[in-house]
Amino acid sequence: MSAPVIAIERVSKRFVRQPGLAERAAGLITDGARASTVQALDDVTFSIAEREVVGLVGESGCGKSTLGRIVVNAIPATTGEVRFRGAPLAALDPAARRETARQIQMIFQDPMASLNPRMRIGEIVGEAPRVHGIVHKRETAAYVDKLLAQVGLDPSFRDRYPHQLSGGQRARVGIARALAMRPAFLVCDEPVAALDVSIQAQVLNLLMRLRAELGLACLFISHNLGVVEHIADRVVILYLGRVVEIAPNAELFRAPNHPYTQALLANAPRLDTRKRRFAPIKGELPSPFSPPSGCHFHPRCPAAMERCRSERPPLKEIAPGRFSACHLNAVS
Amino acid sequence: MPSLLAIDGLKVQFPLRDGIVRAVDGVSLAVDAGEVLGLVGESGSGKSVTGFAVLGLVDPPGRIAAGTIRFRGADLIGRPEAELRRMRGRDIAMVFQDPLMTLNPVLRIDTQMTEAITAHERVSARAARARARDALAAVGIASPDARLFAYPHQLSGGMRQRVAIAIALLHRPALVIADEPTTALDVTIQSQIVAQMQALCADAGTALIWITHDLALISGFADRVAVMYAGRIVEQGPVGAVLSAPLHPYTRGLIGSLLGGGAPGAPLAQIPGLPPSPMNLPPGCAFAPRCPRADATCATAPDNTAHPGGRMVRCWHPHAALETVA
Repeated sequence: MSAPVIAIERVSKRFVRQPGLAERAAGLITDGARASTVQALDDVTFSIAEREVVGLVGESGCGKSTLGRIVVNAIPATTGEVRFRGAPLAALDPAARRETARQIQMIFQDPMASLNPRMRIGEIVGEAPRVHGIVHKRETAAYVDKLLAQVGLDPSFRDRYPHQLSGGQRARVGIARALAMRPAFLVCDEPVAALDVSIQAQVLNLLMRLRAELGLACLFISHNLGVVEHIADRVVILYLGRVVEIAPNAELFRAPNHPYTQALLANAPRLDTRKRRFAPIKGELPSPFSPPSGCHFHPRCPAAMERCRSERPPLKEIAPGRFSACHLNAVS
Repeated sequence: MPSLLAIDGLKVQFPLRDGIVRAVDGVSLAVDAGEVLGLVGESGSGKSVTGFAVLGLVDPPGRIAAGTIRFRGADLIGRPEAELRRMRGRDIAMVFQDPLMTLNPVLRIDTQMTEAITAHERVSARAARARARDALAAVGIASPDARLFAYPHQLSGGMRQRVAIAIALLHRPALVIADEPTTALDVTIQSQIVAQMQALCADAGTALIWITHDLALISGFADRVAVMYAGRIVEQGPVGAVLSAPLHPYTRGLIGSLLGGGAPGAPLAQIPGLPPSPMNLPPGCAFAPRCPRADATCATAPDNTAHPGGRMVRCWHPHAALETVA
């Protein structure tokens, strides 16, 4: 396998919330206010090869968006490092940092929140390539037209504002803006979650076409297993900040190993399940402020053993290219 | 026997400065006692407004321009507000998408629940509390006694939706309208809530209208499905028949664009174009501009046509019932 474009190496991220003034005042008369810590990511390691699409799947609060932000270098990791083509993101000199910022682009979930409502589409798409010197000011308009055409928008959209566009069109603008930087790597954070089914199919087709044309590698973040099954080469499953399973797409969906992956697959609604009895897994997602001991999934796991309560299962290779963090694999 | 709920020719319009938004444009559907109907459509198709109209919750300047909504045989349109108030929550209840909007943020769960009980029945505070507690336990809330003292913000999203469902089911209504109640939730929680709803409605014989954009979810538990497009129901029938052999090109397109059908990486069948603006509906069939089967006939709006097996379709060129989707 060729050298990875992105290598995520033992990345952890902690967010610490300092108590507010009122809490500190209350703390004077009780047992004292403490800072509370969320372990958003806990020792996450995987890499993404050139031209590869890796799907990152998990439920809300599992840390998938946090990881996306660390990969685009928007926030630093607490420990561990992310390397882009071998160079650690945290240790780049300013010029290299600028160049890496161009090469790693992000597509956001909510295009209304990520497009400046007071800028025209032409400015939104053309600003960054002009600033980075990819195109000359005089040629920006033509460059923007080309990008808009590439994502299936008419050049007349250049003079419109985001609010004049439908959700699907806004998603296309978000994609055009990312492509304008001629990136090598894309982080797509739930790019189709807010769209209607028929529009979602249009945008996914566009993403798949662009990926084939441009040879982009991609971290595709989604809570929707169906989307990931369709678009990803490999899948990484996160649960409360930890990787529980990594597997090639087809194998994961054919034979999920981790009980959490199995539960996710069983619970995803599919068109071919008629009149079924829903057999959901028990319990709520635990609070990330106080995650369970041992394996984070044990309170909801149908196969939990004594060992799962006390000992964190390591992520182990169970077959070539397949990893799972579950004590059951050590039992058989 | 007449249906529990029978909507006929319902039109709901919102006059704006620039024109009239025809949110619901001639909807007819019926729900029998104990039946689960999936009302499916994309955003702006009018599915939620249809639900609001049943409960008399269309706020001015919106108005019901035409049609009837018969509940147990009697038309609800034009009834005095006091009468509708007595009916809401007792006979017909609603569960909304966002429970943070339904639950009062400054009242404890027990206050809100006992209030909902005493609004319709004369019971002691103690009895109301006991009933609220049992209702929470029935929707799968662990340690319901403690949760009664919680405020909505202290509960997770899934738990809040369970509380909203518990409140909707307090009076064992004959009909519950659920407007995308699980859309904001994670899949594992969604399954739990669907399972609970399914069991509770079956036990009490409650009819359920489940409004959603998710055909796959509804395929799991609805008896019948009605597909809405641009303010009209374009197809309805038993869920198995509609989903495996859709008659309307829109239903077919919608199923084609669903994920998980084709091979990974293969292009998805997509419906070209965008839904029309409800302010400016095309004169004939609203789907015609995006439809692969459209021709000159489609410039006039098609009527509802009955098909064998209790199916209805609104299309000049429906697919044959034998054409199954791959």
